[in-house]
Amino acid sequence: MSLPLTSAELVGVDLAAADRDDATRQLIALLAAAGRVTDAEGFHADVRAREAQMATGMPGGVGLPHARSEHVAAPSLAVGKLREPVDWGAPDGPARLVFLIAAPAGGDADHLQILAALARRLVHESFRQSLLDAPDAATVAEIVQREVVPS
Amino acid sequence: MKFVAVSSCPTGIAHTYMAAEALEQAGKAAGHEVHVETQGAAGSTPLDPAIIAAADGVIYAADLEVQAKERFAGKPSVDVGVKKAVHDPTGVLAQAVAAVEAGVPAEDAAAAGAVPSAGAPRPVTKVDANAGAGTRIRQWLMTGVSYMIPFVAAGGILIALGFMVAQAAWPGNEGPVAVTAVPVEDLITSFSITSGQDWAVLLYQTGAAAFGFLVAVLSGFIAYAIADRPGLVPGFVGGAISVVIGAGFLGGLVTGFVGGFLALWISRWRVPKGVRGVMPVVVTPLLSSLITGFLMFVVIGRPIADVMDGLTNWLNGLSGSNLVLMGALLGAMMGFDLGGPINKVAYTFAVTGLATEGLTGDAVQYRIMAAVMAAGMVAPLAMALATTVRKRLFTHAERENGKAAWLLGLSFISEGAIPFAAADPWRVIVSSVVGSSVTGALTMAVGSGLRAPHGGIWVLPLISNPLGFLLAVAVGTVVTAGVVVVLKGLRPSPLVQAEQEADAVAAAPAATTQPAVA
Repeated sequence: MSLPLTSAELVGVDLAAADRDDATRQLIALLAAAGRVTDAEGFHADVRAREAQMATGMPGGVGLPHARSEHVAAPSLAVGKLREPVDWGAPDGPARLVFLIAAPAGGDADHLQILAALARRLVHESFRQSLLDAPDAATVAEIVQREVVPS
Repeated sequence: MKFVAVSSCPTGIAHTYMAAEALEQAGKAAGHEVHVETQGAAGSTPLDPAIIAAADGVIYAADLEVQAKERFAGKPSVDVGVKKAVHDPTGVLAQAVAAVEAGVPAEDAAAAGAVPSAGAPRPVTKVDANAGAGTRIRQWLMTGVSYMIPFVAAGGILIALGFMVAQAAWPGNEGPVAVTAVPVEDLITSFSITSGQDWAVLLYQTGAAAFGFLVAVLSGFIAYAIADRPGLVPGFVGGAISVVIGAGFLGGLVTGFVGGFLALWISRWRVPKGVRGVMPVVVTPLLSSLITGFLMFVVIGRPIADVMDGLTNWLNGLSGSNLVLMGALLGAMMGFDLGGPINKVAYTFAVTGLATEGLTGDAVQYRIMAAVMAAGMVAPLAMALATTVRKRLFTHAERENGKAAWLLGLSFISEGAIPFAAADPWRVIVSSVVGSSVTGALTMAVGSGLRAPHGGIWVLPLISNPLGFLLAVAVGTVVTAGVVVVLKGLRPSPLVQAEQEADAVAAAPAATTQPAVA
């Protein structure tokens, strides 16, 4: 795979976000700055639409906003660790870890496999905890690259 | 317990897989086996049918229409949606366990009240319970038969080879009789690698050992089809008892159903949690075998054995014109639906006949097998012949199929004619029935016999009077090909005409003007 799914510049640690939409916007900005999303506003609208369908708050304090969108240049994952948890619609409480998945509209199978593997890892508490404990962006990116291997 | 699950979500990249992982982890924690098919954007790998078959229940954690849902039909299921599976996998699993313990598929719960009989299977569909039951009975039967056939094949061919070697190894014509009279002890204590007689005995005894399983395997796998693994023991035991008391394959059919339904019934008992673990391993096999044994030894075994004797005597009593008539009837059945239910009835009749105890070399059962196989070879061979001699009556696709049909026909794969029957049912079936019944009757008339259940031309050395057998097949093939050519010639197919006009148009200009753009 030419481009890794995530990297240090796509990770925001200690993000201060007012709400779900704000956190999403900040992560999209990271993707746009790295050139992985061509139209930040357009992609944000796609993510909002998906979020409106069914909130993506996951058990264990995780928000997993995602969309397949034509505004995505390369399959990417932006990770945010929030200073204060925000409500992501999960029944067990607000989210501190946010994973924003940007998949191109015509995503190929390899990338989708990685995203599938990420979703599977998220279920494991040890994986979430290691990310929460990670001191900086580089460590977060490294953990994701190491742990998320398509089965 | 064992569960299969399907997960899916609108985007197909997050919830689908989280739900899968969550269910698998929750299953692990609670000591259940959970296999999830993720129908997501990354494509889905279908669950192994064996895993589905072994599952006690089904969990639908799907927000999209479940693909190929019919694979899970008849199993207890819960439908929870993907979100619940992500957030509360343990609760979903508990719900699924409850559904399995209730023992009734959710969608059939309403219909279940109308069918109170304890041992009966779940109704397949609500609308057409009768047709469903018939289909299921056939599937159960065919499961048993399909597991039995390799035993018949291996055993039958070994025995036939044993007789062939014996024929050469003993002086005169006494070989085939002498080989059965040699005690097994002689083989064990003094096998000589250079002795043709010893090899003959070895082949014969090995084949006979394989044949010894026939009824038990038939019965065991009918029960398996009905009740899954708990059915195997009573099915096999019942089949073995059936042989002991002389009830043969008829008894095996009965014990397959009796054992299967007993096991199914017992495995549905509501028992205390502590006992549940030993139910499938100890209690169900024990009780169902005991009851099957009682029924077979004391209650129904004797009458079935009498019927079996009657059937065998009747078959052995058949001779001359009656046998020819039977050959014609079986042949017609073989040719009628080319691998469909009627064809399978005739075939099963022949194959189970091979399993009869103590057959002599020229037994009627072997002649029936030969007639059925010969007739089953006719339709594909005839289609191959017809496409060769009258090309213009067939489409391009049919001519291609015709080439393959030679080999399929020679190998006794009646299905080779299906493409032709599908395109033009009544002409092909009429001709097939006529020719196949001619072959069936002729095979009986020439007295060919066969101990192997399959193989076509490749087991010709095992067929008695092989030339007569070949003649019977050839005559039926010519008859069927002739009839189909005449029928198709009366009213040519519009499809074939259209193709030929297109060919003519394509051929004409190509010869005169080459198109500029290649």
